[in-house]
Amino acid sequence: MLKTIAIFLAGKFKKFTMRFKKSKTMKDYMMVYYSEAKSARLTRRKVAWITSGGPVEPLIAMNVIPIYPENHGAMIGASKMGGGLCELAETMGYSADLCSYARSDIACATVNGGPIGGLPKPDMLVCCNNICGTVLKWYEVQARYFNVPLFILDTPFCHTEYTKEAAKYVRAQFDEYIVFLEKACKKKFDYERLKKVGHLSHQGQLLWQAVLDTATNKPAPMSAFDAFYHLALIVTLRGTQDVIDYYTQLLALMKNRIARGIGAVPNEKYRLLWDNIPIWHRTRWLSEKFASHNACLVADTYTTAWCGALKYIDETKFLDSMAEAHARIYLNIGIDEMAKMVLEMIDKYDVDGFVLHSNRSCKPYSFGQLDIQSIVEKERGIPCLMLEADMTDERSFSESQISTRIDAFMEIIKERKAVSKK
Amino acid sequence: MRTAGIDIGSITAKAAIVEDGKLLGTKVIFTGYNAEAAGIKVYEEVLKENSLDKSSVKKVVATGYGRNSVKFADKSFTEIMCHAAGSHFLNPHIRSIIDIGGQDSKAILVDEKGKVKNFVMNDKCAAGTGRFLEVMARALEVDLDEFGALSIKSKKPSKISSLCTVFAESEVVSLIARGEKRQDIIAGIHESIAARISSMVGRIGMKEPVMVTGGVARNIGVVRALGKKLGMKIEVSPYAQVNGAIGAAFLAASL
Repeated sequence: MLKTIAIFLAGKFKKFTMRFKKSKTMKDYMMVYYSEAKSARLTRRKVAWITSGGPVEPLIAMNVIPIYPENHGAMIGASKMGGGLCELAETMGYSADLCSYARSDIACATVNGGPIGGLPKPDMLVCCNNICGTVLKWYEVQARYFNVPLFILDTPFCHTEYTKEAAKYVRAQFDEYIVFLEKACKKKFDYERLKKVGHLSHQGQLLWQAVLDTATNKPAPMSAFDAFYHLALIVTLRGTQDVIDYYTQLLALMKNRIARGIGAVPNEKYRLLWDNIPIWHRTRWLSEKFASHNACLVADTYTTAWCGALKYIDETKFLDSMAEAHARIYLNIGIDEMAKMVLEMIDKYDVDGFVLHSNRSCKPYSFGQLDIQSIVEKERGIPCLMLEADMTDERSFSESQISTRIDAFMEIIKERKAVSKK
Repeated sequence: MRTAGIDIGSITAKAAIVEDGKLLGTKVIFTGYNAEAAGIKVYEEVLKENSLDKSSVKKVVATGYGRNSVKFADKSFTEIMCHAAGSHFLNPHIRSIIDIGGQDSKAILVDEKGKVKNFVMNDKCAAGTGRFLEVMARALEVDLDEFGALSIKSKKPSKISSLCTVFAESEVVSLIARGEKRQDIIAGIHESIAARISSMVGRIGMKEPVMVTGGVARNIGVVRALGKKLGMKIEVSPYAQVNGAIGAAFLAASL
């Protein structure tokens, strides 16, 4: 089992791990993480499956191991196993229009397939609908399949503001969440421990933001493709010391690269912003494709989601502020608010173009992209490119079409830059 | 200076030779399964038919889906840039281009210099492309070249509601079974393509004058349906099918 995980991680991200040599690698952390989770029965620890936007800190405070089916979905996508598992889910009767993370996860659970032989069995499920509505049904399916309790945290959509009523409603559910955990773990909740975990979580997010911020440098020491890889820890282990250690190291490394003038793309001439979840099965191809045009995806709206709600977090009132931070994430706000964040990123990272992945799987992320694109074109006048694909299901990818679109998009950017230099 | 453009599309391979702003000759052949061989063949044939010597051609630009298989090209550009350059050569006032090719359709906005300002392509689906028409021609047992002339005789175009080529084909089959006239069905097919393309075009906002290029532009039925749907007067490139190759040849002159 461990060997499978090690081979997977080493193989998939060899390029990146080699580029960022450090004492303890992502591979090490993830191996320990998954092996601890796989052996949880032996160590008498509980395992909870949780959605990527869910509040993980109370789980960490209760010594429960959080497992992310979405992170697993990304691994399935990266190892090009999504198509096969999606097909299996379709055979089971799930629609091909359903999210490919949901399809692969549901299918994988029945065959213990995928790159790491399936996820460790859950003792409970925690589902927060701030990222989408699909997770509700997906987690209900899994709760029935594994016959374990399910906690649903319902976050109302925050078009522009976070109303008093919403605050009260979400905050009350955090108390219910704690009661749920006490029951599932058969022990009292440790509020003192939560304070410590909350502090570490906040620090971890600040560090992750600092790491991403290094890409404001020209040339950018890391690209969005690197961020897609390094993201794993802030998602899975937020609230632990490991996250602090890892990103402290990574930040130092990026600063060192800046000092030495090393860019993620050797001859960075064009800087781009990425929108939506990565096309996991094509990250290498896309990274090389853009690099061949001397273009670097310096930032993205996806990895910033794990530090995008920082402004709402107040360590002294952790539970209250956490309620707000979870309700006001990028996917749970109105289009105008999203566009505002995109425009801020365009200015901050000084980008020449905007690439939007219209993701067949992720409806809340892809719905409204055309409006955001129009706003960006109107407000900043930079070229925008829409690519139709799917994050995990490689059957929804047409290489020659995407290749032509990227080439044509880069032709426009090069032309504009050449004109502006004259 | 004499230059050449090679456009390897999904169905046909095109070549064009230009010299000092003048078009010397063009050639169209089927691409077949070997894009590289098709590139060599179409280039040799255009040279032969126009009694030109290979050594007299200074630069070659390749475009189209098979652009990277043309090993003898000096450079490759996307067909988006080449169609813009080709249309600009034919009519410098053109501000929008609708290119309907074998496996995709595109809308391109160009500036007064013939440079691409913005573009949009159909998503991964054959509806609204030349391939769609080919499938329908087979189902109707009508030669594709007769589609245009037949459809403009129609007084009452059939309604094709399916967006998917495969479903649309079975829809057409059931229309045939119901005894609808061929010309009405064909007119309905053209309207369905026009609807599909106009919704794509709407995403970038067309500016007149508009030119239609690509193999499908030779079909007067599609062009009329498109003009009606968009409420715009549409100019058809006299070199619709080889427009991209002509553009490539002109771009080669500026290398």
